[in-house]
Amino acid sequence: MSQAATLALESRQPMPGIGVYNQKFGMWVFLLSEVMFFTGLIGSYIILRFAHPDAFTEPGRVLNVPLTAANTFILIVSSVTMVKAFAAIELGDQRGLRRWLLATVLLGAVFLSIQGVEYVKLAEHGFVPMVASYAAEGAPLYGMTFYTLTGFHGAHVTIGVLCMIFVTVKAFRGRYSQADHGGVEVMGLYWHFVDLVWIILFTIVYLI
Amino acid sequence: MSTVATATAGEAQVHAGHDDRSFIRKYIFSTDHKVIGIQFLFMSLFFLVLGGLLAMGMRWQLAFPSDPAHPLPGGSLLPETMVNAGIVLPEFYNSMVTMHGTIMIFFAIMPLLVGVYANYLIPLQIGAPDMAFPRLNMASFWLAVPAAILILAGFFVEGGHAGAGWTSYPPLSVESGYSGVYNGQVLWTLSIIILGFSSLMGAVNYITTVVNMRAPGMTWFRLPLATWALFITAILILLAVPVLTGALILLLFDQVLGTAFYKPDAGGQPLLWQHLFWFFGHPEVYILILPAMGFVSEIIANGSRKPVFGYKAMVIAMISISFLGWIVWGHHMFQSGMNPLLGASFMASTMVIAVPSAIKTFNWLGTMWRGDIHFHTPMLNAMAFVGMFVIGGLSGVFLASTPVDVQLHDTYFVVAHIHYVLFGGSLFAIFAAITFWFPKMFGRMMNETLGKVHFALTFVFFNLVFFPMHRLGSNGMMRRISDPTQYEHLQAFQPTNRMISMWAFALFAAQLIFAFNFFWSLFRGKKAGPNPWRANTLEWSTPSPPPHGNFATTPVVYRGPYEYSSPESDEDYLPQDRPPAERPTPAPEPVPAGG
Repeated sequence: MSQAATLALESRQPMPGIGVYNQKFGMWVFLLSEVMFFTGLIGSYIILRFAHPDAFTEPGRVLNVPLTAANTFILIVSSVTMVKAFAAIELGDQRGLRRWLLATVLLGAVFLSIQGVEYVKLAEHGFVPMVASYAAEGAPLYGMTFYTLTGFHGAHVTIGVLCMIFVTVKAFRGRYSQADHGGVEVMGLYWHFVDLVWIILFTIVYLI
Repeated sequence: MSTVATATAGEAQVHAGHDDRSFIRKYIFSTDHKVIGIQFLFMSLFFLVLGGLLAMGMRWQLAFPSDPAHPLPGGSLLPETMVNAGIVLPEFYNSMVTMHGTIMIFFAIMPLLVGVYANYLIPLQIGAPDMAFPRLNMASFWLAVPAAILILAGFFVEGGHAGAGWTSYPPLSVESGYSGVYNGQVLWTLSIIILGFSSLMGAVNYITTVVNMRAPGMTWFRLPLATWALFITAILILLAVPVLTGALILLLFDQVLGTAFYKPDAGGQPLLWQHLFWFFGHPEVYILILPAMGFVSEIIANGSRKPVFGYKAMVIAMISISFLGWIVWGHHMFQSGMNPLLGASFMASTMVIAVPSAIKTFNWLGTMWRGDIHFHTPMLNAMAFVGMFVIGGLSGVFLASTPVDVQLHDTYFVVAHIHYVLFGGSLFAIFAAITFWFPKMFGRMMNETLGKVHFALTFVFFNLVFFPMHRLGSNGMMRRISDPTQYEHLQAFQPTNRMISMWAFALFAAQLIFAFNFFWSLFRGKKAGPNPWRANTLEWSTPSPPPHGNFATTPVVYRGPYEYSSPESDEDYLPQDRPPAERPTPAPEPVPAGG
């Protein structure tokens, strides 16, 4: 029997497991499934696009790359503020936790707003997901793949912002402490994942 | 490192020693893994019967193709768009084929193997009070319910239910102009998407629980093989189902939003669906067999009163099967026009999977060899699994060979193969598991005589139904065809088809014995103690049924799960949590005189 098992036996605690508490481990496992989900979608995008490269005019002609690049930066900054929030509560700094969580929520909301504005602008130019009504440059493929990919990412960010609001409210009610703040850490994991997916998406959809 | 407070008020209530939960919290919206497992049990048994009825409808049509002299029984109850003057319309036959497959795979076998037994067994076998995330577990079941409602609703909408096969290939599944079905297909897609979320939630729970909540002394290589199998299956679900979900979402968009992911004339690719679907689809079939293998290992060791032969090899074999299962999906697509070199690589990897499967088979035989075999109902069903799985596996080797598959793809040879592994394999294992763990779940034994009669009839009829299909397939009978007599080369096989149908009706009728046994035993079965099978794993150290929280005190594990006929025990079993006997300290050596 391993030393860890012997210790577990003597102390009557459960086996050491992976040394990561349940909620955090569960979030990592869930994020693994999300990796598979986005890989399926991104893989489909790549296959469809490089089968019909002429249908996908250079991103800059239709999409607003500078604005979205700025938006990417905003999302990355929101990950930084998330880390700052976590670091704050690790030190027991309640005010810092609240401040940085609030910043993260706001930056996330700004990201979504800018994405929404871009969607509206594109639709006004006739760039829509449906085959039948597509009128702008490129072919139907472009619209549907663009909206599906960015749309699902946006849905994940939206869910993230909603959960973040929940966590922020809890923080303002003083429910996290230096000893007990797993919720902040687990939220942070999800947020960083959503950010990472965006960086990959932005590169593939907007830059390449 | 941060800590997390886990106890909720409700749990604190229970740990105080008494259970103050209301009826609804105890039996309807329960977070107890045992209750959730039993909820899945009743739901999946219902769908097992429904799937069987659909098969009976198919077999009637195949026995009497479009024959007005033999109208479909009950056909007058169905609308004229499905059954006209007693004759099954081809569109309805397509729906029956589709829904038989869909319901059996997604709503019967998967929930029976995973929804029931991962939920019921994992915490008990590892010595935990419940799952890592009990409320997520409850959500997982209650999310499966709307999925079930949607899949049933499809039978009642205009155009009938989905008719593109359980594999739902576009363009057939997208263009209602080809299939005649619209609403049913959309409902099908939505239902499986929702069911996927339910499965994923379960997978996160099972993985976290097994990794983090094992009782003291329960090291990885002391886990029962049922838990190992369910753990590995959960990882497969975690990684495969999201790919299916993505593919289904794109399909849904094609169906309702007018996109063209899979429509070739607008730049989409039907092959994209095939790759995405089978990348999920192949791990899916291992999801459908691995838990069954785990149960069979438990039951064969128990029935032979011997340790599992080669426990570590069994674990490594399951891990190998699950790894290899990711790189073989192309063998479902050999006829899609792929580069033969690619086909050869899929053929090679597919053949390799036979090796760990064979290791497991020989280990089951080695377990039984020279054992003190008790031929109780679970043991009989488990032994049938081994034999039937071998036959199914052998037909799989024929299909794996790309040039042979040219002849056999989409024929009844494939139907024979899948039913030997899914019925001969998974379903016999399910019968074994239900009978074996019934006393733990309900505190009563199932009737042994009825169990043996059911087993014998099922075994005989099953083989009479499915073995002839090997010949039908290799002689050119194609799948999913409502009237084989329209082809001259199949007319000679009509007597075979009719005979298969007769045996199929008998097979279905024999299941009534199991159903009667199950429900009768719930109320009148012989009362069971904690360990009626004299088994070793931790669930047999609890009362039957176990209380909320499972163990009065956290068990401590001292040994592996298969110490049957051990010299350290007076009986022929030795539970994992029985403390080792105190060894008497030897008397001290007498000191020799003179120093």
